[in-house]
Amino acid sequence: MSARPTGTGRERWEAVIGLEIHVQLNTRTKMFCGCEVTFGEPPNTRVCPVCLGHPGVLPVTNEKAVEYATRIALALDCRIADRTIFHRKNYFYPDLPKAYQISQYDLPLGIGGHLHVELEDGSNLRVGITRVHMEEDAGKLIHAGGASGRIDGADYSLADFNRGGTPLVEVVSEPDISTPDQARAYLVQLRNLVEQLGVSDVNMEEGSLRCDANVSVRKPGDPLGTKTELKNMNSFRFLHRGLEAEIERQIEALESGESIVQETVHFDPATGTVSTLRSKEEAHDYRYFPEPDLTPIELDAAYVERVRAGLPELPAARKERLAGQYGLPPKDAGLLAANKPLGDYFEALAGATGDARTSANWVLGDFSAYLNTAGLEVAECPVTVAALTELLGLIADGTLSGKMAKEVFETMTSTGESARSIVAERGLGQISDAGELDAIVARIVAANPGPAEEFRQGRDRVLGFFVGQVMKETKGQANPQMVNDLLRKHLGSQVSQG
Amino acid sequence: MDVTTLTAHRCRELLAAGEVSAVELTRAYLDRIAATDGAVQAYLAVDAAGAVAAAAAVDAKPRGERLPWEGVPIGLKDVLCVKGMETTCGSRILKGYIPPYDATVIAKLRDAGLIFLGKLNMDEFAMGSSTENSAFQTTRNPWDLDRVPGGSSGGSAACVAASEAPWALGTDTGGSIRQPASLCGVVGLKPTYGAVSRYGLVAFASSLDQIGSLTRDVRDAAALLDLIAGRDPRDSTSIGLPEPVGEPGRTSLEGLRFGVIGELIGDACEPGVREVFDSAVDAIGTLGGVCEEVSLPSVERGIAAYYLIAPSEASSNLARFDGVRYGHRTAESEDLYEMYVRTRSEGFGAEVKRRIMIGTYALSAGYYDAYYAQAQRTRTLIIQDFARAFAAFDFLISPTSPSVAFKIGERTADPLSMYLSDLCTIPVNLAALPGISIPAGFSAGLPVGLQIIGPHFSERGMLGAAHALEHHLRVNVMPPLAAPEAAR
Repeated sequence: MSARPTGTGRERWEAVIGLEIHVQLNTRTKMFCGCEVTFGEPPNTRVCPVCLGHPGVLPVTNEKAVEYATRIALALDCRIADRTIFHRKNYFYPDLPKAYQISQYDLPLGIGGHLHVELEDGSNLRVGITRVHMEEDAGKLIHAGGASGRIDGADYSLADFNRGGTPLVEVVSEPDISTPDQARAYLVQLRNLVEQLGVSDVNMEEGSLRCDANVSVRKPGDPLGTKTELKNMNSFRFLHRGLEAEIERQIEALESGESIVQETVHFDPATGTVSTLRSKEEAHDYRYFPEPDLTPIELDAAYVERVRAGLPELPAARKERLAGQYGLPPKDAGLLAANKPLGDYFEALAGATGDARTSANWVLGDFSAYLNTAGLEVAECPVTVAALTELLGLIADGTLSGKMAKEVFETMTSTGESARSIVAERGLGQISDAGELDAIVARIVAANPGPAEEFRQGRDRVLGFFVGQVMKETKGQANPQMVNDLLRKHLGSQVSQG
Repeated sequence: MDVTTLTAHRCRELLAAGEVSAVELTRAYLDRIAATDGAVQAYLAVDAAGAVAAAAAVDAKPRGERLPWEGVPIGLKDVLCVKGMETTCGSRILKGYIPPYDATVIAKLRDAGLIFLGKLNMDEFAMGSSTENSAFQTTRNPWDLDRVPGGSSGGSAACVAASEAPWALGTDTGGSIRQPASLCGVVGLKPTYGAVSRYGLVAFASSLDQIGSLTRDVRDAAALLDLIAGRDPRDSTSIGLPEPVGEPGRTSLEGLRFGVIGELIGDACEPGVREVFDSAVDAIGTLGGVCEEVSLPSVERGIAAYYLIAPSEASSNLARFDGVRYGHRTAESEDLYEMYVRTRSEGFGAEVKRRIMIGTYALSAGYYDAYYAQAQRTRTLIIQDFARAFAAFDFLISPTSPSVAFKIGERTADPLSMYLSDLCTIPVNLAALPGISIPAGFSAGLPVGLQIIGPHFSERGMLGAAHALEHHLRVNVMPPLAAPEAAR
């Protein structure tokens, strides 16, 4: 694993990581009031007495949010509680109008699930899901003045409660993750899964998907070490870098004889370092108690089954189906199933070309590589299914070699042109004219009697020399299969003559 | 006109008959307030201009097109949010707070055309049994101005007793309607938890709070309940009533069985109160009802459980008063933490602070099971005791308050003696039951109330029984508090 700290002493440490993922639901209205859920509106324009915590107001649970949360819990194979209740989590902070967050505590909506994570090396990591629970989001603060960017030391702070009360689902994993790579793969797959469920925008930059990590290190076989809670990692990259930095920090501390303090650690993307915040704000006793303003939620089996029936095809089932229906190796099927848009793209392409293997190779190969490099989502890619179908058609009919097709694909991504017009513009079509090629091959064989003789004596490798010569002559545009056939014909015919 | 003789029903009749205009009626109450409230101090704020304007709007409508209660004035406990009208809960921390919305009960009364005279004094955040915990003024008992009106709805009870409104809304978390009703000689109704929406009632203890009425008679209590009850989509804990209670007309108690709660008529009860209570028991017999003593052992633990559950919820409910968005904020502070501490130290009174601290402690890690959770288990026992009793009896009765109105200042130094004022009423809130206090007689010239407790959502029957007793006892008299010259 690339992230395992290197150095002789450090090989002996292993990290134990559990992730807490917050998913903002894309319901029309907030968790406990009728305000619209929005992003980027002018401050404090999506607020009402309820989400501003005015005296006397009461929460009313958004049923759609419960349904969405149930979807997530079911997709993670959780058991849905027969009876689930909200608790109050009490703490003072200016972004929390009631001074308590309505959350869940000992009776969460979903418990005991798991997610199979497809790792890049084709292996599969089972991450246990401890719980899936519902809660409300806080508002946002902007601190003006002061160097720290934090509330202490600021000249003043402004509060925007538009986000306050937005429905959140928290997915808490078991500490089954041991490297930053695995953590990222888990988060990516969870993101893809939730996106597939259609219940969240899962946009880390906008904060509709947020990730905190509980991290500790230990020597293999030792009991768990003291954990820290790593916060503020608002991209997949930052999660990876934050974990690397925190694991490194903990190992260094332990190796120099210090001990780890259970505390919150903040990752600073600007410096790539982690810092601890030891302040009064940290000393929390949340004094959880059952929210008396809400009645228990009792989801009967019929409800749960109805929600389950409404779920789209989930990655595990899709992997099975892709492998069976298209004859794909499990690894390819797993990678395609884990990413819904990619899987959809593949299925459309395979349908259009009638060649599943080639389609899978392209989608998981050049197509995915391009998306990763360009940082694009499938939907943002300029090469549509129709465009790629055309390109694969040109390979199939012999117009383009695989190598040439890669170049054409690159041009397609940068110019958005079609494969045919690129081929026409650059005169890239293969020479498949049998007469023309035959003449060239005959000339080259005649001009190289030595190698020809070697070939006839059984040194097959010499064929490569001739192919190279033909390609040189044709500027690489000769149809390789035809060149092969013609070379064998001409070299062989001389044998029979001799 | 002389408002001292008016019930809300009588106001309605006068308006319907055209004998008085809504403006005249409203002005008569405003005059009465001007004459007597300097002594009684029931109102924190009187909205004379708003009330007269609303009354004029009623008068502008043809009488035939008016709703039944249109134009009848009412007083409101200052714990209920009224859009545009300062709502303080008797606390400095909310001084100047003007709600941007109406409580559901307020919206209902507005729609019904009632005239809001003003906001009534109360113990700060409804924490207290004498109204002495108000940050602004001490309300006097109209029967004896040196005595407390009870609390926390002391302003509401005193205002009705002093004829400064025909009726008023109050709230009851542990007896805050019934106990002041008893001490002021009026009718106080605490409905079943869930009968009336709590939306817009500034929360003290969410699982116990309920809005109810202070009226001059049982008929008015029934009418006001029908105006405010109902399931509210804004309050998930609201259910409403199975049917309107309608007009209570019962005059006999034939066929009804009343259980006298033994634990509530013991030594804690003043002899004078006990005497009046015993005569009420006799009256029930006279009316054909059967009375028998019944034991509910767990109710003796009601106060202990209540003073853990209510402060726990309050410690959370009152956390929003942090100086960030509305209400009081300290003038100077170095940082956020100091702003919180100073704002809340300045804004809350001693009793509120005491309960916030008790509640915070009871919910803290390591103490939760011993205090909050234990209190909830006790609550379950009380609920079970009542359920057993109601298997054998239609209604349960007790004195409403163990004592008559006490002297101002008499119990302020001793919180425990103050807490005992609610001995008889607290178990009813813990069990979410409906209860009513009706005037039952006098002890040394001071009113004594009888509490009738019914099963959940039995308001219709409970008000019927109360009406029969009231009709028989005929002790609904107003105090000899009168004219300006009598006021001091």
